[in-house]
Amino acid sequence: MSPSQSVLLSYFDSEEHVLDATRAVREAGYAVHDVYTPYAIHGMDEAMGLKPSRLTWVCFGAGVLGATSALSLQYYTSVVSWPLNVGGKPFNSFPAFIPVAFELTVLFAGLFTVAAFLLRSKSFPGSKREALPRVTDDRFVLALRADESDAKVKALLARHGALEVEQMEVAS
Amino acid sequence: MSNQHTSTLRVPLVSEERTLGQLTEEICAPMERKPSRMWWVAFALAVVTLAVGVGMVTYEVSTGIGVWGLNKTIGWAFDITNFVFWVGIGHAGTLISAILFLFRQKWRTSINRAAEAMTLFAVMCAAIFPVIHMGRPWNAFWVLPYPNDRGSLWVNFRSPLLWDVFAISTYFTISAVFWYFGLIPDLATVRDRVKGGLKKAVFKVLSFGWTGSSRTWHRYETVYLLLAGLATPLVLSVHTIVSFDFATSVIPGWHTTIFPPYFVAGAVFSGFAMVLTLMIITRVVLGFEHLITIRHLENMTKVIIVTGGIVSLAYGTEFFIAWYSGNPYEKFTFMNRAFGPYAWAYWTMVTCNVVSPHLFWFKKVRTSPAAIFVLSLVINVGMWFERFVIIVTSLHRDFLPSSWSMYTPTVVEVGTFVGTFGLFFTLFLLFTRVLPIISIGEVKSVAAFARGSHAPGHASHPAHGSETPHEHPAEAPEPLPTPALAAAVVRKDMPV
Repeated sequence: MSPSQSVLLSYFDSEEHVLDATRAVREAGYAVHDVYTPYAIHGMDEAMGLKPSRLTWVCFGAGVLGATSALSLQYYTSVVSWPLNVGGKPFNSFPAFIPVAFELTVLFAGLFTVAAFLLRSKSFPGSKREALPRVTDDRFVLALRADESDAKVKALLARHGALEVEQMEVAS
Repeated sequence: MSNQHTSTLRVPLVSEERTLGQLTEEICAPMERKPSRMWWVAFALAVVTLAVGVGMVTYEVSTGIGVWGLNKTIGWAFDITNFVFWVGIGHAGTLISAILFLFRQKWRTSINRAAEAMTLFAVMCAAIFPVIHMGRPWNAFWVLPYPNDRGSLWVNFRSPLLWDVFAISTYFTISAVFWYFGLIPDLATVRDRVKGGLKKAVFKVLSFGWTGSSRTWHRYETVYLLLAGLATPLVLSVHTIVSFDFATSVIPGWHTTIFPPYFVAGAVFSGFAMVLTLMIITRVVLGFEHLITIRHLENMTKVIIVTGGIVSLAYGTEFFIAWYSGNPYEKFTFMNRAFGPYAWAYWTMVTCNVVSPHLFWFKKVRTSPAAIFVLSLVINVGMWFERFVIIVTSLHRDFLPSSWSMYTPTVVEVGTFVGTFGLFFTLFLLFTRVLPIISIGEVKSVAAFARGSHAPGHASHPAHGSETPHEHPAEAPEPLPTPALAAAVVRKDMPV
């Protein structure tokens, strides 16, 4: 993808309108660049045709990593590095290692998942990106890979309640 | 899932008609106006109390834990009571933010942010006690397993006290991440409202370049769900492990298998009471009565009835098993709890935890903020006494009558406990000033819940995957006849 591209922005004032418009333009064969909304809209993922996020796999992998790290650490310290005979009990007292293993599973899974989310969505402190006007307040913006001169798409958007349409360069 | 199938009997979650813009304005308003005189009074009080705590802890650390009332028989008392009490308080926050989220309880949206913040502050207060109980808190890092030049000498992974270290630190970390993650979209809202200057720069950094992109929202929702799924077993594990501190020992009264569920239920019970205490004040002071409605309070009182019931059942079970097991030590401990020198503490606990929640069976009580407020304080007192009873009465008369003893807290111990309230309220009051205490994004998503689509800027949620336009009746739900019991109560939020 090019570093920046031209998109057609259309502004809406309700989630119902923006959802309808998104479905309509996708059906008409236009590529939806993105939809900017003040809150997560139920059903928008399907309207935009987004695939389920793969972040769940990161979470699973990180959980497995956490569990194995915790068990290895406990095994190493209790069996290899400094075995301590307590009343003749086995050095590898596995059931007693479960609580710590569980906690580290959750800790790793949580931290890695959030880190992966931030990386994937290119979010970080100091990011220069800015939101479109009023999108974090009460406006819904549908960004299409289309041109302003296309009268058909403008009519389609107007029919679905677009308040305003403008062309803009955005970072892709 | 979809709100279009919402029954007309459902009541709106936001009790007054609001546009999206109005919601932004209202929720951000407390951060943007000058603090009221009441806030300053409350803040001054909290800071003074905090200063008392800091003084007490400084004195204790510089002198030694001999300044506490502990003795050889009663090695745990006020400090561990307070530790368990504060950790328990924190649990309600996670329950509201994670468990109610998994159960799709949409009413959680206007209280989850504040409840999560409460969790963080409560865990901070809790963590103070075991650390100062170490006597040499500057060596607190010894609880972590790190390679060292003493051998390496490792921590004991078979000890429940070490499990606690992992449980509490994981709980704090994940709660903090969950809370901050939920804040990101709202931080962007604040960023876009601020005109410029330092505040804008700060919120720009804090909001991580949030643009409201639906691609990001889609991933965000996935991660939020994952975090909720992780936090749910985590919160259950934390109080389970706290109860292991007691249950894995051989002390009569501690060595029981019902401790984990009993502790978790008790934690939720006391936590909800604390959320109610805070929310009832907050909603009035900040004018959020239409966002944190009577219905929210009522729902929480229902959770209190349930968890209070579980706690009562646990008290009964303990007594039954003490008799049924035929173990004379166990039996003695429980008779001593109810009729020994600490009977006053035991019966305070029973009155507050077993009897008082049943007042919530009355709708009049459930819908009166003043009554809920008083009962929430009563329950918190009761739950504090529960931990005191469990810890002190089990220890003070042990197997050897010659070592029997009594415990009285010293001024230092009481002052430290009071000081943690100072810390808690100082942090909470600051929180109400600097961050949106209600999740703006989530409240907007439920603003149209159970409402028609006639309001400007207010669309009802269209059906999931449905292409047909919204055909739901546009008018508000039909008012139902008022039941006799509720007739005297003015309910702004719902047609009863």
